[in-house]
This record gives sequence, C-alpha cells and structure tokens, in this order.
Amino acid sequence: MRRTAMRRTRSRRLLATALTTVVAVVGTACSSGSGSTGAAQDADGGTYTIWDPYPQFDKGSAWAKLLDDCGTKAGVKVKRTAFDTSDLSNKALLAAQQDNSADVLIVDNPVVSTLAEAGVLTTTDENELDTSKTDPNLLAAGQSGGKTYGTPIGANTLALYYNKEVLKKAGVDVASVKDWTSLTAALAKVKKAGKKGITFSAIGTEEGSFQFLPWFWGSGAQLTDLDSDQAVSALSLWKGWLEKGYAPNSVINNTQTTSWQEFASGDYAFAENGTWQLAGAEKAGFDYGVLPIPGVNGGNAAAPTGGEFVTLPVQGDTGRYATARKLATCLTSTQNLFDTDTTLSYVAPTAEVQDKQVAANAQLKPWVDAVKAAKGRTSDDLGTKYPKISEQLWKAVQSALSGAGSPKDALAKAQSAAR
Amino acid sequence: MNHVTHMPDRRPAQVRKGAAATAAPRPADARARRRPTSPQWAAWAFLAPVTLYLALFYAYPLYRNLDLSLRNYTVRSFVQGDAPFTGLANYTKIFDDPTFAPALLHTVVFTTVCLVFQYAIGLALAVFFHQHFRLSATLRALFLVPWLLPLIVSGSTWSWMLNSDSGIVNAALHTVGIGPVNWLTSPDWSLTSVIIANIWIGVPFNLVVLHSGLQSIPENLYEAAALDGANAWQRFWRITFPLLRPVSAITLLLGLVYTLKVFDIIWIMTKGGPADSSTTFATWSYQLGFGNLLPAFGPGAAVGNLLVVAALVFGLIYLKVQRKQALS
Repeated sequence: MRRTAMRRTRSRRLLATALTTVVAVVGTACSSGSGSTGAAQDADGGTYTIWDPYPQFDKGSAWAKLLDDCGTKAGVKVKRTAFDTSDLSNKALLAAQQDNSADVLIVDNPVVSTLAEAGVLTTTDENELDTSKTDPNLLAAGQSGGKTYGTPIGANTLALYYNKEVLKKAGVDVASVKDWTSLTAALAKVKKAGKKGITFSAIGTEEGSFQFLPWFWGSGAQLTDLDSDQAVSALSLWKGWLEKGYAPNSVINNTQTTSWQEFASGDYAFAENGTWQLAGAEKAGFDYGVLPIPGVNGGNAAAPTGGEFVTLPVQGDTGRYATARKLATCLTSTQNLFDTDTTLSYVAPTAEVQDKQVAANAQLKPWVDAVKAAKGRTSDDLGTKYPKISEQLWKAVQSALSGAGSPKDALAKAQSAAR
Repeated sequence: MNHVTHMPDRRPAQVRKGAAATAAPRPADARARRRPTSPQWAAWAFLAPVTLYLALFYAYPLYRNLDLSLRNYTVRSFVQGDAPFTGLANYTKIFDDPTFAPALLHTVVFTTVCLVFQYAIGLALAVFFHQHFRLSATLRALFLVPWLLPLIVSGSTWSWMLNSDSGIVNAALHTVGIGPVNWLTSPDWSLTSVIIANIWIGVPFNLVVLHSGLQSIPENLYEAAALDGANAWQRFWRITFPLLRPVSAITLLLGLVYTLKVFDIIWIMTKGGPADSSTTFATWSYQLGFGNLLPAFGPGAAVGNLLVVAALVFGLIYLKVQRKQALS
C-alpha cells in the first residue's frame, strides 16, 4: 500500500515538473511582447528604457550616471541597454515589430530616416521636442519628407590629422596643402623622405562610404549621380595614391580604428579620421595638427556629419510620451550636452554649447568649423535612398582600389545598380 | 529503488494502452479505471517539452524564414507586419542578381577545397598520432587549439598576419625574396586567404573524429597484414581507409554542413570583398539582411533558404548511402 502511494506521488511530482517546464516556456514566449507595459505599472512612475550605441561606457561611467540622474529628475527609473552601432538599427526594427520599443532611442544619424520610414519614430510635432537651437545642417540628417524625427546629441566629422614631425623631416609646409594637387605633392615628398603618406578607411561597409564622401563631395559630385566626371576624379585620386604607394594597400580593409592605429604608429604623415580620435591623438606621443579636408581646387570639402540623434519611438501606450520627452530634454539640455559631448569627444549641435566647448578647449576650433561646413548623408531629401546609394558607392571604391575595375567602370556599375 | 524493480510488470499494461489509445478504457480493468489517463497524460507531458522546443526553436524559425523569403518586406511592412505576398519574386531577384553566379562559384570552391584539405590533413595527422609515441597526446592536444579559440580571435589574428603592409606573412615572404602579396585586399587572393584560414580551423575537428575512428580498427588486422607482407602504404589503403569509411562519411557530411554555413571567418577577414571576390552564400545572405543601413530581409532570407536546401540535400544523400551500406 505504501509503495503504491509513493509511486503515485513520485509520478505526480514528475508530471508537475514537466508541466511547469511547459508553462514556463509558453509563458515566456507569450509575455515578451507585453513586458514594457507591465513594467510601467511599477511604483514611483515606473521604469523607462533607453537604448544607446555607446557600449564603451559601463555602469560607472559619467554617461550612465547622467541617464540615471535624468531619470530621477523625471521621477522614473531608467533601464539602459547599450548596443553596437551596427546592431542597433536592426534591434530597433525588431523591437518595433514586437511593439516593445525603447522609450528613448539614441541612434546613428543616417539610420533615423530608415526608422522614420518604418514608422518607428515619432515626429517632433508629436513629441514636442525643442529643436529650435540646433544647427540646421545637423538637424537635416534627421529630417525626411518635411518632418523632423529627433534631435542630435552631438556631432562629429572627418578632417585630416597630420604628424608635424614627419612633415618637417620631409620638408613639407602644411600651409601649402590647399587642394588635391598640393596634397598629392606633399605625399610624394613624404614618400621620398622614406615615410608613409596617408591612411584612411575604404572598407566595404558604411564606414568606407563615410570616409570617401569628403573627397566625393569635394570634387563637386552629387550622390544622385555616382558616375559623373567629378566622382571619377575623386575615386581616381584615391586609386592614384594607392598605385604610387602614397597610401598603403591595407586601406581596402581598414576600419577607421585600424587606420588610426596605423597613424598612431608615427610613420604616417596624414590620416583621415574623426573628432572622436582627439583623445587618442593626445596619447599618440607625437605632435599633431588638424587640417580640414581640401576640395579639388581649394577651399574646404564638405565632410559628412556623424553622431547620434535622440529619438522617441512610437509606443502602444501613449501615456509614456510625456516622461520620455522629459528624459530626452534632460539629455539635450545645455549643461548635459556639454558634458556628454566632452566625454564622447563630439562637437555640440548648438552654437551656445559649441562656444562653451571652444572656450574650454581651443583645439576644438577647427572641428567646430568642420562640423558647421558638414553635410548629412541622408540630407537633400535622400532619406532611405541613401543606404542603397552608399552600398554601391563603397562597392565601387573597393572594386577600383583593389584593381577589379577602373574607377570609371566601377562607378558606372554602381550608378546603374543604385538607380 | 522499489519502484525500479516494480517497473517491468507495469510496462505491458502501458504498451497495451498506447496501442489502443483511442479506444475507451475497458471497464473490466479495475486498475486502469482507478487512474484512467494518468500514464497517458504523463507520457504526453514528457513529450511536450521536446515537441514544444522543436516547434519553437526549429519549426517556427524555419517557417518564418520561408515566409520572409516569399514576401516583399520593406522596413515599413516589416514593422507593421503587412508585407504583401509576392511568391517567388525574391528568388528570381537573387537569381538575376549579378552577385549570384560569383557567390555560387565561391561557395562551391570554398566548400570543396576546404573539405578536401581539412579531411586529407586531418587524416594524415590522425594516422600520425595513432602510432603512440612520446608526447603524442600533448601534441594532439595542441592541435586542438584552433578549434578552441573563439572565431573572432582566430579571424582577427589571421587578418593581422595577412595584412598587406604590416602582416607577418608578407614580412616572412620578404626575407626569402618574394614580393608582398595583397592577401586580403586583392580580388585574386582574398578567397584563397579565407580558405587557408578556414582549413586551419577545420583540421582539428577532422583529426579528433578520425583519430577516434582509428581506435576502433582492431590491431590484429594490421598484424595479420604485416605477416602477409603488406607494407605501410598497403596497410593504409587496404585496411585503414576502407574500415574508416563510415567515420569518414559522417566527418565529411558534418564538415560540409559546417563549411557551407561558414560566415564569421570570412566576414571578419574580408567582409566578402573586395568587390565580392570572397562572397559566399552565407556572407551574401547576411550582407542583404544586415550589412546595409536599409535591410533587405526578403532576398536575404531567400539566399539563406538556398543554403538550408543545399545542406538538406547532402544530408539525404548521406542517409541513402548509409542505408545502402547497412544493407550490403
């Protein structure tokens, strides 16, 4: 009798375990969609999620603390998730599909128009973010179809870093570098002196297009016409540098980080890189200078703007917008912009903070000028056409530089594919 | 412990019930009436986690991938979930794509060359380590390193070594008087470079499986062959190789599936470039779906499905061959 009873309880227990597992699995599968709304019912205002592309900042960083402070001010708890930049747009799309978007999404500027096209983001008309103080050329990257979908948290762009010592040894006066011809002449001198000329990133990703654009725009070419003579001249300039050995062959696979490492070795005269490397330049251990990227016949070429936008994704529960707006406004307030952009080594998007930055660090002056002259990649109402054009552009750059095709053929192919 | 010994006498009843699952419980069977459906329920409950797991993590993703490839997804319709059904449009799109032919060729070349070399080197090493000499176990363990390293580490290391300007490989070539080779940045070399790296990664797997296969070959066969005057070469081709055939078949099949889907190493080293010169179906699928700011999920899923079908076809071929072997 006892034995049967024991067996029964045992089989019951197993059954219960099995059922619990099933329930647990089914339960998690079903509840993932409603997670954020459930969290909203917490005490003291609830939890608000913020996604950002700054995985380099950990929990103890100033950035994470700023997010917490803004949360406290708005009377809510902030849950922060950091993604790799290239990962964030897909994650944001997936989350939107599940109606599980973050309350505040900080995202790379060329992605804004794609997310806006997907209907993921609220416009500034809806979310009432104040963008009046923001520089219009920076804001343009977040505009599409006459609507604005967020506000920049900071901007960066590209310029030429140069190694003063290498140039001095090669007998190059940096003031003479005014256009493409004089730059190429300087590279020739550097090579003659036994040093290396210039490094940049021509990798087959968005980074490659980003780095090529100053030369592309500097030649007078337009993104709507990839195979114009001007565009061919820009690509031929890069190709010529590679052929003559002024630039290393490794640029074809260089990310901007590996390209920077090459420059930091101290062998290179020039490097095309961004505002965010300023801190690294201080540590490089040699005297450096910064030069705006020259246009084909002198003057400064327009460089593309980098940097992220603070956006407010569409929520099923519209009651969340008010607090999300408070968080976004807090993040982009004058003092916080100054702090954030100093940590990120970015240029601020408003004139007021830019002045403050230059006052604090005079070396930022050329960068502020460069950012003012810069141009959004998705501007000119290119919007979601830009990603397709950009992919063809970096492919053309890769084909030409690796010798798979001439610059003219590569760009002609790109233009027909991007259409 | 008691219940274990008690098990056998219950089993027939269960089996009987299983066979007549739909029939009503027989009223005569008092025991079954007392707890009429409990064992049945328990059986289902035990089955449920596995079924659910398979459905959630295998069937559903496969279905989703098929669905993705048959609809015209834009970012907007991806989020709203109202993408129109377009039949095979995504497939015709990728077949007409200028990348298709090179990607197919690269996939075939990559897979075949990697398999042949991985298997040949793996087998040679397995035979070598099978003769138990000193340090054989230590050396064999060292050969496992490529397998144990995370791919991001080995991929990055290979791309440093093969760097055109500062890589150690070109430096070594320079000392013997050979000019620099643009391993990763020349369209003529990029595929070769990723193949070399992938062979290096795949050898340990072949070595381990084939080595354990060798241990199941009885020693006395070799002794008999040696007595009959067979030399080492003959012993290998007449004994080792034929007896290793079942193990070889499974090694090659698994290797094929692993190699077809290789993505990380290529992506880390060349991103499929320059100019698509090392693009395989795996990297192309990723490039379409995630490599651009504007994802093309439909065509990406279509390319992914082609890979799934290819792996499936080879799996079926393997099953058929195995059945034939078992029959003969």
